[in-house]
Amino acid sequence: MELQHVNVKMFVDGPMNVDAERFIEIFHAWIKDHALDGLLIDVADYRHVPAGPGVMLIGLEGDYNMDHTGERWGLRYNRKAALDGTNEDRFRQAVNAAAKACHLLEETLASEGPLTFSRQEFELCINDRAIAPNTSETLSACQPDIESFLSNLLGHHDFTIDHNPDPRSLFRFSIKSAKLFDLKKLASDLTQ
Amino acid sequence: MKTSNTLWKDRLNGQLPPQMAEEIDTFETEIELRRQGKLDEVIFAETRLRRGAYGQRYDNGQRYDGHETRTLAYAADKNTKGVNTVWDAPGMLRIKIPYGGINPKQLEVMAELAEEYSDGIAHVTTRQDFQLHFIHIDDTPTIMRRLAAVDITTREACGNSVRNITGCPYAGVCPDEKFDITPYAQALMQFLLGHPDAQNFGRKVKPTFSGCGQHACGLTAMHDLGYTAQTRMVDGKEQRGFCFVVGGGLGAVPFQAKVFDEFLPMEEMLPMAQAIARVFGRHGEKKNRSRARLKFLVKQWGIDKFKQEVLAERAKLPHDPRWTEFLSSIDSDIEKPLKPPSDLPALNGNEKINRWLKTNVRPQRQPGYSTVTVALPLGDLTADQLRSLADILRTFTTGTMRTTVEQNFVIRWISNADLPEVFEALSAVGLGEAGACNILDIVACPGTDTCKLGISSSRGLAAQLRKKLHEKCFELDEVIQNLHVKVSGCFNSCGQHHVADIGFYGVNRTVNGYQVPHFQVVLGGQWENNAGSYGMPIIAIASKRIPDALDRITDHYLRLREENESFQSFVKRIGKATIRQQLHDLTQNAPAYEQDPTFYTDWYDPREYSTGDIGKGECAGEVVTAYQFAMTDAERMVFEAQIHLEENKAQKAGSEAYASMLKAAKAIVQMRYDDVSNDAEEIVEEFRERYYDTKLIFDPYAGGKFANYFFAAHDKAEQPYTEESARHTIEEAQLFIEAIHACYNRMRQEGLSQT
Ligand code: SF4
Repeated sequence: MELQHVNVKMFVDGPMNVDAERFIEIFHAWIKDHALDGLLIDVADYRHVPAGPGVMLIGLEGDYNMDHTGERWGLRYNRKAALDGTNEDRFRQAVNAAAKACHLLEETLASEGPLTFSRQEFELCINDRAIAPNTSETLSACQPDIESFLSNLLGHHDFTIDHNPDPRSLFRFSIKSAKLFDLKKLASDLTQ
Repeated sequence: MKTSNTLWKDRLNGQLPPQMAEEIDTFETEIELRRQGKLDEVIFAETRLRRGAYGQRYDNGQRYDGHETRTLAYAADKNTKGVNTVWDAPGMLRIKIPYGGINPKQLEVMAELAEEYSDGIAHVTTRQDFQLHFIHIDDTPTIMRRLAAVDITTREACGNSVRNITGCPYAGVCPDEKFDITPYAQALMQFLLGHPDAQNFGRKVKPTFSGCGQHACGLTAMHDLGYTAQTRMVDGKEQRGFCFVVGGGLGAVPFQAKVFDEFLPMEEMLPMAQAIARVFGRHGEKKNRSRARLKFLVKQWGIDKFKQEVLAERAKLPHDPRWTEFLSSIDSDIEKPLKPPSDLPALNGNEKINRWLKTNVRPQRQPGYSTVTVALPLGDLTADQLRSLADILRTFTTGTMRTTVEQNFVIRWISNADLPEVFEALSAVGLGEAGACNILDIVACPGTDTCKLGISSSRGLAAQLRKKLHEKCFELDEVIQNLHVKVSGCFNSCGQHHVADIGFYGVNRTVNGYQVPHFQVVLGGQWENNAGSYGMPIIAIASKRIPDALDRITDHYLRLREENESFQSFVKRIGKATIRQQLHDLTQNAPAYEQDPTFYTDWYDPREYSTGDIGKGECAGEVVTAYQFAMTDAERMVFEAQIHLEENKAQKAGSEAYASMLKAAKAIVQMRYDDVSNDAEEIVEEFRERYYDTKLIFDPYAGGKFANYFFAAHDKAEQPYTEESARHTIEEAQLFIEAIHACYNRMRQEGLSQT
């Protein structure tokens, strides 16, 4: 099963200490400074929508957003363009892109929030129902790739995968690692 | 962009209505032909528009980042999907929802599409459509297939075609309606969709249906084709028909529709629409887009000649059985309730639900049932909310809901005893906000967020006004709570600012050498009586000062209104001059850039507001002063023209409006030719030579439209003005003055002006 359009959400650790309006400013600056890989196009402000996508940074290959879905803040990366390689490669690219953005936000907001992202928990999702319908069959078919990716990423096997079985939902699962991971490392050397 | 597009094509093969399947296949082929350079970009652009695939801001590959305009590095192949429209740039897809009717399955599909192809948000428009933004053109055929599988089309959602047919969201349950307009709206939609006689227009045609004349639901007066339900007794039998109006429209210059037939029998509804389509297709303007709406043909001919031509065409039409076929099943598909009627249980002191019951719940004509309005902030909702709404519909109703032109939803057939549970279910997903259709429920077009024509941030302003009002809305006096506020990002009026109590539309101005987003304040419009009258702009105020302006206007109304006086009557009695005077100081004493740079930005956009790298102005004092002085005069004159019109002095009003255009034209001519005299002929000729022939005055999208208003006003200057022509001259003068401001700003940016 070839998985594409991987979507990652890195959760904010603890309460959100930053006024979400600040992300509008930061995302505009990222566009100007080409701060992330790929083409960054525009900022969309959805703070008025309860439990919505918050503030979005629209890109060509992928979108980033400071997301409030499920009433939980986090940085989401949504890969839109198809990628070659293996499923693991595609998971890695998405986690790397999200981690880079998280790391940059932590640095930018160090003196203001501060804002910190969880080092134990994140969510993965395949944003395509035709490729990955949210069924137990999809989970069985993908589980080996997911586990292999996570053990390589985290450097251990001590993690849990919690699959959301709602058939209307996207194929989505949250990951909890028993040990802390190094966000900076996820943001830097994943391609090696 | 999605790798699953072929999977969907295979999966849905044989499951779509054949005609829709064929149309989507054709569009997919056209995309491929365009990609290979075998289809002209202009033709492809109109093709995709007629499929609902619209452009979005920055799709020309350029974006101002607050310091300079930069090229967005899209793919190098430079393929385009229209003139100056980059292939890979995200676009918008408009999805037609006839009369706003939508069911749970359709909501669920909309949720999936918003998640998988867009930004997770579905947007309800002021024409009861849905819009998805940031869509890749390559994904559009798949989206269309997934929509077609649940009986939704995007066909003719944009382009020069018959647009979504709107209608009362309370149709079938409203105590005031003559009869349920739903099946008639459905019949007209099916008849005109793809009809060969409706493919040859110079511009779009917007139809609407209303169940009664007194409320605003259908807004018939501002539509190309407006149908208001009527009944009459013939030989002791009730006969149904419509008061049929034509040639209305908002846009830059709004027109009130004219009565075509006080009672159009329903048997004549479809053939008459067909005859109009033929006449409009044949005689409507094709070259000059700004004069191509049906309203201009009606104006040019007058309603009597227009009617004569249409009736002659009607007489020649070959009979089509579809004209009346739909009538045999007209009452068979009436919505039924899921639950028996019931009474609302006592609610002890729960302020939140009581407030919601007051503002969002209306009794139906059928005792024991109510409608519930779900207020959507700025018309937006998430995929999760769409799914929750689908669940709510299935739990409490047999499953249909309507979108509204106020960018909300109306759920119908709620048995009254269920209202508390419905409130809880909506509140659990953030949809239980009270204040539907009141001052908090601000309507806004997309504006600079995504629209290519946006001048100021309508959504940003609406969000700010909502934020401000949210804290105190329910403490405000009820007359203030009941006001309608609507915002458009430019003069095109997609936010319907003309029919608001208080409307705003985006303009820009140069202040202290910088461009500053502004809004024109539009007062005196009427939402009731099917958009009974249109407001007019009274003053342009910097965007950041609009919240103060709104406070002033509402305070003023509250203090000085007479008992039971509506806002519209109040504006009429007090006079726009007084209100303008009240707001005047908000146009003065702008902070220096260094003192408050945020004044020079738009709401929730940190970029310095501009379309180019202006930097600080190098004013050559004298000339700037002369120009600004003259333009201030021109603005004053067009305002005074409005006052004359209010005083029923049409001749004076028209002459003054024309004089304001001359003033503005002279102001800009003088920037290049100091010695221009006051002779009108000379001003026109100098203006034509220096600004029109050189295209300097041309708007990037509207071209020479606004200058043409000036030339036309000059040509007709000796003719007497009627109330209507004076009104139009005022509207056109206002737009011409805005065009002069815009031209001046462009010249400054391009270094063509020293001032
Ligand atoms: S009113 Fe202007 S800014 Fe708003 S959507 Fe229409 S064209 Fe765009």
